[in-house]
Parts: sequence; structure tokens; C-alpha cells
Amino acid sequence: MSDARLSVFKTYKLYVGGKFPRSESGRVYEVTDPKNNWLANAPLSSRKDARDAVVAARKAFGGWSGATAYNRGQVLYRVAEMLEGRREQFVREVAEAEGLSKSKAAAVVDAAIDRWVWYAGWTDKIAQVVGGANPVAGPFFNLSSPEPTGVVAVLAPQDSSFLGLVSVLAPVIATGNTAVVIASEKAPLPALSLAEVLATSDVPGGVVNILSGRPSEIAPSLAAHQDVNAIDLAGADEELAKELEIAAADNLKRVLRPQTVDFTQTPGIERLTAFLETKTVWHTTGALGASGSSY
Amino acid sequence: MAPVSASAFEYAPAPESRSVVDIASSYGLFIDGEFTDATGGKVFKTVSPSTEEVLSEVAEASEEDVDRAVKAARKAFEKWSALPGAERAKYLFRIARIIQERSRELAVLETLDNGKPIKETRDADLPLVAAHFFYYAGWADKLDHAGFGADPRPLGVAGQVIPWNFPLLMLAWKIAPALATGNTVVLKPAETTPLSALFFADICRQAGLPKGVVNIVTGDGRTGAALVAHPDVNKVAFTGSTAVGKAIARTVAGTRKKLTLELGGKGANIVFDDAPIDQAVEGIVNGIFFNQGQVCCAGSRLIVQESIQDELLDALKRRLSTLRLGDPLDKNTDIGAINSAEQLARITALADAGEAEGAERWSPACELPDTGYWFAPTLFTNVTQAHTIAREEIFGPVLSVLSFRTPDEAVAKANNTQYGLSAGIWSEKGSRILAVASKLRAGVVWSNTFNKFDPTSPFGGYKESGFGREGGRHGLEAYLDV
Repeated sequence: MSDARLSVFKTYKLYVGGKFPRSESGRVYEVTDPKNNWLANAPLSSRKDARDAVVAARKAFGGWSGATAYNRGQVLYRVAEMLEGRREQFVREVAEAEGLSKSKAAAVVDAAIDRWVWYAGWTDKIAQVVGGANPVAGPFFNLSSPEPTGVVAVLAPQDSSFLGLVSVLAPVIATGNTAVVIASEKAPLPALSLAEVLATSDVPGGVVNILSGRPSEIAPSLAAHQDVNAIDLAGADEELAKELEIAAADNLKRVLRPQTVDFTQTPGIERLTAFLETKTVWHTTGALGASGSSY
Repeated sequence: MAPVSASAFEYAPAPESRSVVDIASSYGLFIDGEFTDATGGKVFKTVSPSTEEVLSEVAEASEEDVDRAVKAARKAFEKWSALPGAERAKYLFRIARIIQERSRELAVLETLDNGKPIKETRDADLPLVAAHFFYYAGWADKLDHAGFGADPRPLGVAGQVIPWNFPLLMLAWKIAPALATGNTVVLKPAETTPLSALFFADICRQAGLPKGVVNIVTGDGRTGAALVAHPDVNKVAFTGSTAVGKAIARTVAGTRKKLTLELGGKGANIVFDDAPIDQAVEGIVNGIFFNQGQVCCAGSRLIVQESIQDELLDALKRRLSTLRLGDPLDKNTDIGAINSAEQLARITALADAGEAEGAERWSPACELPDTGYWFAPTLFTNVTQAHTIAREEIFGPVLSVLSFRTPDEAVAKANNTQYGLSAGIWSEKGSRILAVASKLRAGVVWSNTFNKFDPTSPFGGYKESGFGREGGRHGLEAYLDV
């Protein structure tokens, strides 16, 4: 009986502001496995979709950056829990997307889940590692603390459609930024499925927004967008990266250039600090004289 | 109460002596340890902004000269970066000490070339310059412990372009961390204030610094552009205007050059109704009239709680009426000259725009000298957030006053800017200070003080005020391959 049962296909959609819209353009493109077998139709995002995603990300920034670091850690750990529960689904999707054997795909998914856990633990530690008191020569208490940069556009890696994606996305949101992600163009399905996990993991809507489509079409409008504060060019080729970096200069976005990364290795903290600002606050301490505070 | 007029009490002139500094009639470029003429022999004059007297003629570096300087820095890099950190440290300690020894000379020189009051160069610029070298000297042999990995490596040749508002201090902010981390540098001082950098070249000679480790190329924006675009530069550091910063970001796009930018600002100085008024007035004056307001982190927007606005403005106007404007070399001078005719024209145009757009202009009775570039301390009331003078960086002694009713409104107004460099908060209530400080999108926040600087304290902006930090442990990252 079961052999004869026709399976139910999934309609892959974008993830914007906690909702799952189709592209406003009504367009889709065909996604295949490396052997050219049809997998699904993915939304072909437009520049308008990108702008909508920025609006959603900006709206979510205040709440997410204002949440306690402990709370963000709990939420990110919850993402790992939800992923673990959907492990088989992601193993299948990654195997299909990247043409991997089941066991290799399983290793990739396990590494991705472990990476969420790794970054979940960083949320309430990074400030102690990169911030601190400065011994200024004067009657001041002077403290430097990291703060999130704001809305970060992320061009996810093209080849590592899931582990690579997680490795660039998790550090962005761990520190309190919100993200607009352009998934791998040829292998967007694991990213679009990750959206379903995020939507059921207590990650507030708009903190992560995921677009599928052509980076060459939608990334330039993100790079030039005046309400985007930073851009990770991980998934851009050399030519596109240069074009986007030039566009990003218009409002002095923080730019993380493409680099060769082995995503199977435990990362350093470079991706965490790439989208952090340092705020230094000087407090007058004054001095207690005979008549009390002299400040 | 009637404002105290500036002539209510007279001071006898108390000029600092110029004899402590010996300015040559001309200077070449400092490349590979030698002063050399520019190819083509082009020169430009540098003048004293307070008198328009020509101080010296300085070589104008061409693209070819920049290339020579980068080559010298590249050649020196191999040995310099291979030196044990402890040895690099000792060179920097020597430099710090020589600066301390020569600080009066350098203060007078800086005042002559820049136009800022001697009390500022003597009591702020020079002590901070020496302290900055002293601080980074100590890092040179401790980089393993700085949090950037076990054996963090320098980048190579740093191309550094600095502004005219704190010529020697900005040089220190650039050169000290670069050398401590093992880089070599080519530095371009501002066109209108080249002299202190050329004197620094002599300090390098006295310290026995190896040739080519520090190279100074003088010139205008074209020299800076050539340096930034040079293919063999590994690191670009720039302090200056946001417009030029954006152009530099476009130039280095698609290269592997590391970039840090310290750009403009429109700092908000927020005064709550419980603030100590007299201290706040001093802080407001220091925030916008220090260095004639030619400070990227100036508190150029006063955002005052409505209930105390009148009282605060009365006190502020009384205080401004006592400021002494005039000869920068006079030890009693509070307000010196504007750095250049060009900058004076810009300040004048923006202040005129403020008036034209309907803001109310006020300056104390204030006599301006006949020669040189001068602008009276000015404040504008009836300013809205849409006014040009509330949005654009004026980089002069012009304060725009806005008001607020609730803390949320204060924060919203403070953050309503493309910039994010500095802010000030005046209040006696600790929890309010902490809450407001955490909501301000600015890299440096001063509570119940303003315009304080220290080599241990990271400095730099959010948003279009640039990226990267100078000062402190954070300042090392800009010069390390991490």
C-alpha cells in the first residue's frame, strides 16, 4: 500500500518577519540536485522582497538586541533542540542539495547542530571576552562593552548550503543583530527549511529573514540599502563581492569579505566580533572630600 | 541678569615664547630616514591661521614620491616585524620620552601651525601624545596576551592619513599601535598642519628608529588618495570627513587591505532636569568650544530638558561671555583661530544656513582680530531636527540647542543622525545615566563629563562615524592580521 502512496510535496517559501510569504514577484525558479533531478521550485526573490525583509529585520532589532544575553542563549539552544528533532529531514535535504551520501550528509547536519550549541553558549560570554574596564588616568570609571551593529545582510555560502549557512548566521544573531539572509542560489532548500525550525524555536519573527533567489539580483539592493548596517559577503564571488563592497560604502556598512573557510572546523570568534560595535562609557567617580562628594 | 561683557575685566597679554621652536624655511619629505625633495620639486606653504604668516614651505609628494615611501616602508618591514617585541617596545618608549622632553617646543609649534590655544596643546594634546606612545610601547612584547591568538602577526605597510584638528595626537593614535604591532608606516599629515609630523621625523632620528619604519609624505588630498590606492599598502587608516571616508572605502573595495575609519560626528549632549547646572555648563562649553569645535566627537547638539532650558541657557550665555578669544599663544586664551580660510568659509556658510532656516543665533560680545581666521562662539536656539545645523557636522564653534520632555524623546533625538561617534549625559541619577547610555548609538558616551580621552580607552564610531577602534587593547586589532 505505502509504495503506491503519492507523497505530498512541500511548497518552499520565503521567511520574512516570522511569516512564510511567496515572493511578491510571483516568481519561482527550479532547484535541482547536482545530477539535475528536479527537487522543488523555490521563490525567486525580488528587490522588493529584500526591502521588506530589511523592514522586518529593523523592526525586530530593538527587542532582540535588548533581550538578555542569557535569553538569546536559551533561544539559540532551542534552535539546536528543534534541529535535532528534524535531523532526518535535514540529512535528506542536505544529501539531495549537495549530492552527498547519507552518512556524509548526516555528519554535516550533526556539525551544524553542534555549531548552534557552540554559538548558543557564546551569547553571554562574548562581552566578557572582548569588553572590560579601561584604567584611564583620571577619576573615571571607564567601561567598554560590545553592542550589536544592527541589521546584517548575509550572503550565505554557495557550496555549504546548511553547515555553511548556520556557521555564518548563528554568530550574527548570537550577539543581538538581526539578519537578512540570501540562501545558496543553487541549493536553497535546506535554508528555507531552517526557517521552519526558527519559526518554532522562540526566535522572534524578523530576527532572521531568509530569501532565495539570485544574489546578483537582490544583494546589490541590500548592499546599497541605507537601513542595513553590515554585510557578510561569504557567498559572493570575487566580482560580485567587489561590486557589493563599493555599494556598501554609501552608508559605511561593516563589510566581512569572502574568505576561504573550512566549516567543519570549530570557528574562532572572528564572525562574532565582525558585527559588534564597541561602546565606551565614561562615568565620573569624583572624589569624596571633607564635605562629601566633590563631583 | 545682564551678561558680563568680555571687556569687564582685562588681562595683560601672557604669550608663550616662540623662541623654544625653530621652524626651518622649508621641509622635504621624510622617506627612508632622509629628508628629500619631492620629485618635480613642488612645494606648498603652511601658514599660521591666527596671523596668516607663512611658517614654512613644505614638499608636495607626487604619486612617485608616495611609491618611494611605500617601497622604503616595505623594505624596512622585514627587519622591523622580526625584531623581538621587547626591542620594538624600547624604541617606542624612547619616542614617548623624547616627546615629553620636547613637549613645550611641540606645543608651541602645534599652536602656531594649527591655531589652537597653547593651553590646549600644552595641557591636552602633548600629554596625550606622549601617553599614547608610552601605552602602546608596553604592548609590543605582550601581544600574545592581547586576545588575538598566540602569535598575532602584523599586516605589513600601513598607509595612514590624518586630519588637521589634532595633528600630532592623530599621528600618535596612528603610528604608536602600528609600530608596536610590527608594521611600518607611511603617514600623510593634513595639508594645513604638516609641521608637527615633520618634527616627529626628527624625533624618530633622535630615537634611532631604523630607516624606513616611519615615512612622512606631505601633500594635499591627491597625495592621500595615492597612498590609499597604492597596491603595496596592506592597511589603510584614515581620520577625517565622512565623505572622504566613503571614497576611501570604495577605493579599497575588492582588495585585501584592512581598513579603519574614524570620521565625522554630530554628538548629542543631553542635560536632564536634575543635572548639576554649573558642571553641565562647563561640560557643554568643553564639548563644543574645545579646539574651536573642530573635534569629530564635539557635543554639537545640546539636548536639554524643557523644564530647565531657560535656566541652563542663561547660565551658558553668561559663561560664554567670559570666554577669551584671541592670540593662541596667549596662556589666557580660550578660543583660538579656525584652522583655515576654507574651514572658516564652511562654518560661516552653515551658520548662515541656520539663520536662513529660522533658527535664532546668539554670540557673546566678542571682538575678532583683523588678520587670521576667526569665528565667534555661537549658539542657535529654536532649532528643529530638520534644520541643517542639527544634521550636518559644522566642525566649528557652533552649538545647536534642542529640547525634550521625556528620556525616550531625548534618546530618539540623540540617535536621529547618520553619525554615531559621541554623546554626553548630565544627570545625578545613576540608573538614568546607565539606561540612557545603553540606548545611545554612539561609540563613546561621557556621563557628567565630555571630551575626555585616554590611551587605554577605545575610541571610534557607530554608523557613518566609521569603524574600528583606536586606543586600548581594541586599538591593536586594526594593525594585526586577525
